Amino acid sequence: MVTPTRAPAVDARAARTAVDAMAVAATVPDPELPMVTLADLGILRSVRQDADRVTVTITPTYSGCPAMREISHDLRHRLEQAGFAEVIVRTELSPPWSSDWITEEGRNKLAAAGIAPPNPAARRGSGPVPLTLMPMPRTVDCPRCGSARTTQTAAFSATACKALYRCQSCDEPFEYVKEI
Amino acid sequence: MSEHEDEFTAYHSLGEDSDDHRWAFGTGFTDPLEGIDTSVASDIDGEALAAYCLMLGDDALVYSHRLQQWMMKAPELEEETAIANIALDLLGQARMLLARAGKADGSGRDEDHYAYFRAEAEFRNVRLVEHLDADFAELVARLLIFSTWRLALFDGLQVAKDPVLAAIAAKGVKELTYHRDYAAQWVVRLGDGTEVSKQKMQAALDVVWPMVDELFTPHPVEVGLHDVAVDVTTLRAEVDVVLDTVFATAMLDRPHSAPLAPVAGRSGRDGLHTEALGYVLAELQSVARAYPDATW
Repeated sequence: MVTPTRAPAVDARAARTAVDAMAVAATVPDPELPMVTLADLGILRSVRQDADRVTVTITPTYSGCPAMREISHDLRHRLEQAGFAEVIVRTELSPPWSSDWITEEGRNKLAAAGIAPPNPAARRGSGPVPLTLMPMPRTVDCPRCGSARTTQTAAFSATACKALYRCQSCDEPFEYVKEI
Repeated sequence: MSEHEDEFTAYHSLGEDSDDHRWAFGTGFTDPLEGIDTSVASDIDGEALAAYCLMLGDDALVYSHRLQQWMMKAPELEEETAIANIALDLLGQARMLLARAGKADGSGRDEDHYAYFRAEAEFRNVRLVEHLDADFAELVARLLIFSTWRLALFDGLQVAKDPVLAAIAAKGVKELTYHRDYAAQWVVRLGDGTEVSKQKMQAALDVVWPMVDELFTPHPVEVGLHDVAVDVTTLRAEVDVVLDTVFATAMLDRPHSAPLAPVAGRSGRDGLHTEALGYVLAELQSVARAYPDATW
């Protein structure tokens, strides 16, 4: 289908020198967690700028992330609006995304939106991956009232990256970003 | 930037002024390996690598479909979301592996070609993943065995000589760790539960157990792919330790049911399946085959 593309918001030549592609890409929100940006989540891996051509590299959080195309489209849209003539969005799988890559600012934004940020991911020793037969023993503070008296109610939640918790102090349910 | 542009979100881009029309969020698929170097090293047999990717990809694709059939049938909402997320992780793994196959053999076939336009005998999945679970106990029994085995396999695959396969495996290890814990915790809860739950859990393990031996039977494609494929015979010890730990904690007996034999020397990896696979493929493929030019 052919649809007229919107005219660039700024003069392309001016944009080439004045606009920092990284600064533009870093403002794009995550489609599933719109309170944080792709940069906050650590899924924006790199932005390479060469005059009016930009190559952006992103990585999925989980293998089945259904938002990769959305993310790629949003990045292309934002950068084209900022005046870049050619925008290439690449996927990178290695190293695999870790919740440790969520920035301090990202963690604060998640907590402010009622989603508990992840604990540090377990460092893997040598030998087989350890089996956990009891619900994951984590300390998770309630993002609403701050209480540490919380329990996991489900190991998975509405998206692959979260588990479901409940605060025993204020009784509110909340989501927790799993550490991977 | 204007106020309107500040409001930009993914949902806005579905609107009239977008140059990328789709009917809903999450539709419209692009190559899951877009931008990744998918060249095959000169000392790796591309045909064999493709066949191996199809084996691992078909395991995940078929099992994901069986798990998706649990939607709206799980005992609790929490289990529904767990099963959906596990199915989604496996579907993601399948998409990357099928896409890898099409690049490795040089055919350029995409994930949809492999998922929708192959006949039953061209599928290379193990027979364990084909069956419809009779009840929730059977679901967690099968998931425990499948995820324990696949986690050990993917862990070994992280050092595979094909960097794309190694990267897919490294992502999968993190996901499969959660799948295995989920299944193991349920097996313990049901095994060490009431008289009825214990009896059902044991019966479920007995039903699934005949399909276990096939998981550790090496296929010529794997044997030929030195430094790329994992030798499945080496996984048995690790898998046994995990399963025995779960059975002991759950106070269940390790099943003794006889293995499902190959037929004339052939089993799932050779395209020889149980009748259950036909039902999966009928549901999975019928729309794509009826409307081969459709996009979504």
